[in-house]
Amino acid sequence: MVQNKILKQITLFAENKPGRLTSATKILSENGINIRAFTIADTGEFGIIRFVVDDADAALRHLQRGGFTVSETKVLGLEMSDKPGALFEISSALSDNGINVDYAYAYTSAAPGKAILILQASDLITAAKLLTERGFQLVESSP
Amino acid sequence: MEFWNPNIERLPEEELKQLQERKLRRLVENAFEYSSFYKERFGSAGISPHDIRSLEDLQKLPFTYKTDLRDTYPTGMFSVPQSQIVRFHVSSGTTGVPTVVGYTVNDIDVWSTCLARSLTACRLGRGDVVQVAYGYGLFTGGLGLHYGVEKIGATVLPIGAGSTSRQVSLMKDLGTTAMACTPSYLLHIGEVAESMKVDIASQTKLRVGILGAEPWSLESRKRIEQNLGIRAYDIYGTSEMSGPLFTECSAQNGIHAWADHFLLEIIDDHGRPVKQGKKGELVVTTLSKEALPLIRYRMGDITSLVWEECECGRTHPKIMRVQGRVDDMIVIRGINVFPSQIESVLMQIPEVGDHFQIVVDRVGPLDVMTVKVEVTESALSDRIGALMQLEERIAKQLREVLMVNAKVELVERGTLPRSSGKSQKVIDLREV
Repeated sequence: MVQNKILKQITLFAENKPGRLTSATKILSENGINIRAFTIADTGEFGIIRFVVDDADAALRHLQRGGFTVSETKVLGLEMSDKPGALFEISSALSDNGINVDYAYAYTSAAPGKAILILQASDLITAAKLLTERGFQLVESSP
Repeated sequence: MEFWNPNIERLPEEELKQLQERKLRRLVENAFEYSSFYKERFGSAGISPHDIRSLEDLQKLPFTYKTDLRDTYPTGMFSVPQSQIVRFHVSSGTTGVPTVVGYTVNDIDVWSTCLARSLTACRLGRGDVVQVAYGYGLFTGGLGLHYGVEKIGATVLPIGAGSTSRQVSLMKDLGTTAMACTPSYLLHIGEVAESMKVDIASQTKLRVGILGAEPWSLESRKRIEQNLGIRAYDIYGTSEMSGPLFTECSAQNGIHAWADHFLLEIIDDHGRPVKQGKKGELVVTTLSKEALPLIRYRMGDITSLVWEECECGRTHPKIMRVQGRVDDMIVIRGINVFPSQIESVLMQIPEVGDHFQIVVDRVGPLDVMTVKVEVTESALSDRIGALMQLEERIAKQLREVLMVNAKVELVERGTLPRSSGKSQKVIDLREV
């Protein structure tokens, strides 16, 4: 089932002022939660910080308790080879099928020569099916 | 019990007006005789007590203002010697010199009686537990409600404002059926209950809110009623009038103002009476107060008055929702804006939290209004565009109602100030 291969991402709302990233990451660190990858999108006044962590449920719980506005969103984690053309292959597979990529960010995998691409798309389930059909490995939890 | 005193609460309008006329004549005579303040004020307006024979003559009398109370601080407007006074209350004076109100034994009794009628109209009585979370002490809210609750034979829990988690646990443990506090504080109590994993709607006996001391919108009421599973009644009254006095009835359509004790008028910007049902400033004449009688006192609250028999059977005039205070009004680029208008827009948007703040500043020659709202967890999207669209949508809805541009700023939940009393919703940074 592709549905099972969808990753949980933590989205956190933060006003653009000093110390917000520090206090959020402090909570994660104190609770032994490892951040695999993160990205910040901002408007100047506020931003949203997206995290992929090793224990999404615990991260959500602890950040909520810490007073943060957080939610859990679903994204795809794709294992891709660290070689030319890998991203092209993924994006063309999606665009050929009319699927729009909302945002993406990446981190290097523990496996040598591999990278993990975190991807949000307009139709996540179809995207997941398409990419598995083309031989891509979907990451279940963050390795 | 349906009525506290059906005879007076259902007295026909004509008879109430005759009663008001008799009491007005006596009030003016007494003021002339016992109050140096009123004697001088009437004298300089060229009025003698004989000029006031009917309710229509009321308009010949000069207005009185909060500034009069301040100018005669502390007790220059009192009409009885100190030996007759059994209690003082003092207003906070956040907007200037504090004002002092005094009460005779009879004043306290009239005050509690008014509240006994009002609380009965909110379907409260013997067997109810009323948690009074208005401030006790110099503020009239706490002690006022306290006496009213005791009068109807309900149980009072005199907790006062603050210690919010204790409010929740005692509400649960003692079976509180009614909360008396400001609407914004009840919303905050709701938040704290949630964080304590207490669902007020299903795990407490709370069924009534007696909410006031600050203007609040119908949309806020809807939110409070839905979130907490209660009926929320508006309460009105200021320290100058005694304290909280009047509430809505179960019809929740107007606040019953007891006409045998208070004579109310609504006036326009020029001090002229408006047609029934039209908006204007509320003016109060106290018909029974002994220690500090008020004659044509400008309340500064913007509302309207309707005198018709209510579906509950009460015949006294009704104060419709208080839209705001004359001094709460913000003028943005020449357009009048009330915080309550902003609240009513925001509370219709589910993505917006219960608290907000308005910041007004001047950038160059232009007034700029920023409305800060807390983003709720359910509204939080991982797409930043969605949040920017939310800001735009709120700004658009505000513009449609206010006819003036407002900048909307999303802030983190729990960051806007919460208050256990009257909430400070407007910060005006403009230099006057």
